[in-house]
Amino acid sequence: MDWQDFLSVLPFIIVAGWATILLLVDLWIPANRKGITAGLAVLGLIAAIAAVISRFGIEREAFDGMIIVDGFSSFLQLLFLGVGVIAIAQAYDYLRRRDIERGEYYILLLYSLSGMLLMASAGDLIVVFLAVELLSIPLYVLAAFAIPKADSEESALKYFLLGAFASGFLVYGIALVFGSTGTTALSGMVAAIESAETTPILLLVGSGMILVGLGFKVAAVPFHMWTPDVYQGAPTSVTSFMAVGAKAGGFAALLRIFISALPGAAVMWMPLTMWIAALTMAWGNIAAISQTNIKRMLAYSSIAHAGYIFMALPAAATPEVAPEAVRAALFYLVTYAITNLGAWGVVLAMEKAEGSGLEIEDYSGLGKKRPALALAMALFMLSLTGIPPTVGFMGKFYLFQVVIDANLIWLALVGVVTSLISAYYYLRVIVVMYMRDGEPEVRSEALLNSTIFITAFGTFFFGILPGFLLKMINQVSLLDLFR
Amino acid sequence: MLEPWIFIALLLGAGMLLPGVTIVANWLLAPKKPNPIKQSIYECGIETVGETYIQLKGGYYIYALIFVVFDIEAVFMFPWAVAFDKLQLYMVMEGVIFILILAAGLAYAWRKGVLEWV
Amino acid sequence: MNIPPAYVLTLSGILFALGVIGVLIRRNAIVIFMSIELMLNSANLAFIAFARALAPAQEALRGHVFVFFVIAVAASEVAVGLALIVAIFRSKESIDVDEVSSLRG
Repeated sequence: MDWQDFLSVLPFIIVAGWATILLLVDLWIPANRKGITAGLAVLGLIAAIAAVISRFGIEREAFDGMIIVDGFSSFLQLLFLGVGVIAIAQAYDYLRRRDIERGEYYILLLYSLSGMLLMASAGDLIVVFLAVELLSIPLYVLAAFAIPKADSEESALKYFLLGAFASGFLVYGIALVFGSTGTTALSGMVAAIESAETTPILLLVGSGMILVGLGFKVAAVPFHMWTPDVYQGAPTSVTSFMAVGAKAGGFAALLRIFISALPGAAVMWMPLTMWIAALTMAWGNIAAISQTNIKRMLAYSSIAHAGYIFMALPAAATPEVAPEAVRAALFYLVTYAITNLGAWGVVLAMEKAEGSGLEIEDYSGLGKKRPALALAMALFMLSLTGIPPTVGFMGKFYLFQVVIDANLIWLALVGVVTSLISAYYYLRVIVVMYMRDGEPEVRSEALLNSTIFITAFGTFFFGILPGFLLKMINQVSLLDLFR
Repeated sequence: MLEPWIFIALLLGAGMLLPGVTIVANWLLAPKKPNPIKQSIYECGIETVGETYIQLKGGYYIYALIFVVFDIEAVFMFPWAVAFDKLQLYMVMEGVIFILILAAGLAYAWRKGVLEWV
Repeated sequence: MNIPPAYVLTLSGILFALGVIGVLIRRNAIVIFMSIELMLNSANLAFIAFARALAPAQEALRGHVFVFFVIAVAASEVAVGLALIVAIFRSKESIDVDEVSSLRG
């Protein structure tokens, strides 16, 4: 062990350490100037971004394989940190408006982010478990941030109980995999499965339970029941961060564990993941149709998108397609993050101080009153549906192509058909915005507007010129653990 | 293979039997002359005033929660302390950093006024 | 005298199943939470059983270390969860999960 090891986890150390320092600094910042805490938190994130960029392209294992640094982890860490910066910018004015501004918000957000960063470079199931918890526990508190409002209470309680329940499955699954392969190190698991020194039944049940635990975190059907209630009840700025960050974190773990550590057991998990993907796409999109509340609608939409990303897993069971599948999943995660942060940003702009203004009907007349905002929302809706010229189209195109390459044509077909279904409820928002008359009450806050502008620009720019992103992703690969 | 378990079964049986015999014997042999004072719940001390199930104030629970967290952290300190003389310098430093983080949490709770018992 | 790992594993499996059933059928938030703790601790038992079965190997240590982390994480979940439940009890005077369900759709 040497100092290089500490450099490998430098972004994590910066974010987690900075959060702890801020926790103390915040005590002496007066209650009406919590903007200082937000600014300091962003500074910490920028330092972490610099740390990630400085070691881009390096591949190594640190702390005896506990930590893996590769293109996959660096790319995801950049994504997480970017999401963090936008989440803080979105939260600042919203918290003041709802009168729940407290410095702890930004600190908890940093802690949750540090969990995501750790997740991206986890090389051992111990680290995976710690990262999942570090990611989730601050989110439970964030969901409860608007207490004593009843919605927030309910959201937090449900998220907490089901999240902890899922952790139980995750831990037990890890225990069984440990019993089967005799190690918790991902590289050791690859070797153990390769040399057939495992107990297959324990491995099957164990990896199934890990799938259940992480399936809860990414809200895949049939483990999605909590999603609409939690997303609706939590303060919207928290939902925005939760929908993007927690989901990407869960997928980071899923991809790493199943594709790079358990490829030898692909026969076992391939059919499972295939069915989960198909069910999630179908149910998420069908249930979204009947929603009248925009937060619930976007919640079901996020379930459906979890299904699309999930398709990368069964596709990756075919070894030749696996690297492409990982890249397609990453590309889709970026797509999802940009578009969803933008859409939630518009929801934030429409929400009134006491928490109303969240029905889709409330959006009528937005096209006349705030043309730019409506245009951005229309762009996000098109991107979520997967219609060109938006980044959502590129993401789906890439992903479906990979799935077809893996000879799972029926799965790709399910994806296409459900995308068509989803057009109905996404386009309805556009219809309401432009074709109904109404006098919506909209906020115009500089920080929030700029996040909406940036994400809308990204949605459009990467939609017509995806080359830059693709070039970056093409250099990404999971570190080959079997040597 | 089952042989060692016989001892456990015997022990279990004996363990049940001994207190059982004394309780039953007491019940059979003791003279029974009940009166209200004998049947009251408290044999000593004063009787409770008002409801027995009262709600404690919120600060009490927070105090208890903080105790739980700091209590469990000893799980990491113990192996660290046991292997102290075999550790390299940076491992010692890691332990110190861990304690500092705990101290930061304590300082936070202190400043927030949780530790005050009003 | 050595207890075979299969026995310990069976016990841990039973405890885990009890925990899952408890979560699914009980309605009191604290009891649900206790059931979740039972699930985590049954996993700890499994870790120890597997670690003992692997015993002389260096890798067995990972099982022991994992248990430490599970204990610590469970404690932090207790802190957050109970704080949440206390906060909800203050405003609702109840911790029955069926009464905390206004969001539907």
